[in-house]
Amino acid sequence: MHEVDMTKALMITLEDWWRSQPGSPVISKVHLQVGEFTCVEPLSLEFAFTAQSQGTFLQGAQLVIESVPFVAHCLRCQQDYRPQIGEQYACPICRDPLTEIVSGRELRIQSLECEDPCIK
Amino acid sequence: MHQVIDMGVNLLHANQHQANHNQADFDQAGVICFNLMSSPGAGKTALLEATLGSLVQSHRVAIIEGDMTTQLDAERLRKHGIPVIGINTGRACHLDARMVQGGIRQLEQEVAPLTEFDLLLVENVGNLVCPAEFAVGEHAKIALLSVTEGEDKPLKYPLMFQEADCLVITKVDLLPYLQFDQDKLTDNVRQMNPNAPIFWVSAQTGVGLSEWVAWIQDQIASGSWVKPADNSVEMATSV
Repeated sequence: MHEVDMTKALMITLEDWWRSQPGSPVISKVHLQVGEFTCVEPLSLEFAFTAQSQGTFLQGAQLVIESVPFVAHCLRCQQDYRPQIGEQYACPICRDPLTEIVSGRELRIQSLECEDPCIK
Repeated sequence: MHQVIDMGVNLLHANQHQANHNQADFDQAGVICFNLMSSPGAGKTALLEATLGSLVQSHRVAIIEGDMTTQLDAERLRKHGIPVIGINTGRACHLDARMVQGGIRQLEQEVAPLTEFDLLLVENVGNLVCPAEFAVGEHAKIALLSVTEGEDKPLKYPLMFQEADCLVITKVDLLPYLQFDQDKLTDNVRQMNPNAPIFWVSAQTGVGLSEWVAWIQDQIASGSWVKPADNSVEMATSV
């Protein structure tokens, strides 16, 4: 369950931002992009986040995960392809190795939704 | 008032930031740092033991040893007369940049400043998944795979083998007893990592060790390992 550690890393990164903000904003949603070619399973991450955010500045915040497909670019064929994780990473047409990753490595905090605590 | 704030920051930003700091410290001190990663039992500690014998003749080496709970591996390596900082990661299944920074600080307090070393070897926690995502400030990622694990592992744990700057295949003395297809392993690795050197070694018999040690010595001598820091704060678009 390495998503526990990923959640910890996410919370440290968010806390750095949160502390730099005036007025302790209440974070209601955290929008993430998680690529298919990472070691993160979105469902496990949501589960870990719900448990680990209890009693912290992220209490009650919802994690919204957008999964990003694994897409590679073959330099020889000059076209994109979808590697099959666990089976085939080289270009399916010319067998050139995986060298250019177009998407799928994202572990990205895209945006936050905040509520002003004073008006809440 | 409801507000949407664009972040566009890597989830691992805090770790990467610390990793960049560590690497800057290494560069300033003139130390090269390798991060050794593999599944549990692939033979990281045995490889280090077999490697140290010849390396310590010519270079000043220190080790940061990550283990979830015990100091057993650290004690094995201390017998070789070099400084070993043992880090228990507790629940965490990998070393992160902050833990390695703690190890560096401990090394400097208890042994000698970083400038007194040529090579810092970080032995990560045995795990083929997580360590690949958590940079610690290393100049090169070394992945190990033992032949008993099977030639399909690069297909199943692609990130580790795709990120590796060097691959060491261990326990090759066991090949006669296994149905391990060496060409297939090479093919599987090359699908995702066309260039990293692959060494076939046995810590038990010493086969292949001289090539592996020569590669390390070349890396130390060339100095070409100084990579620009911060190459993965944002998503990597090429490999």
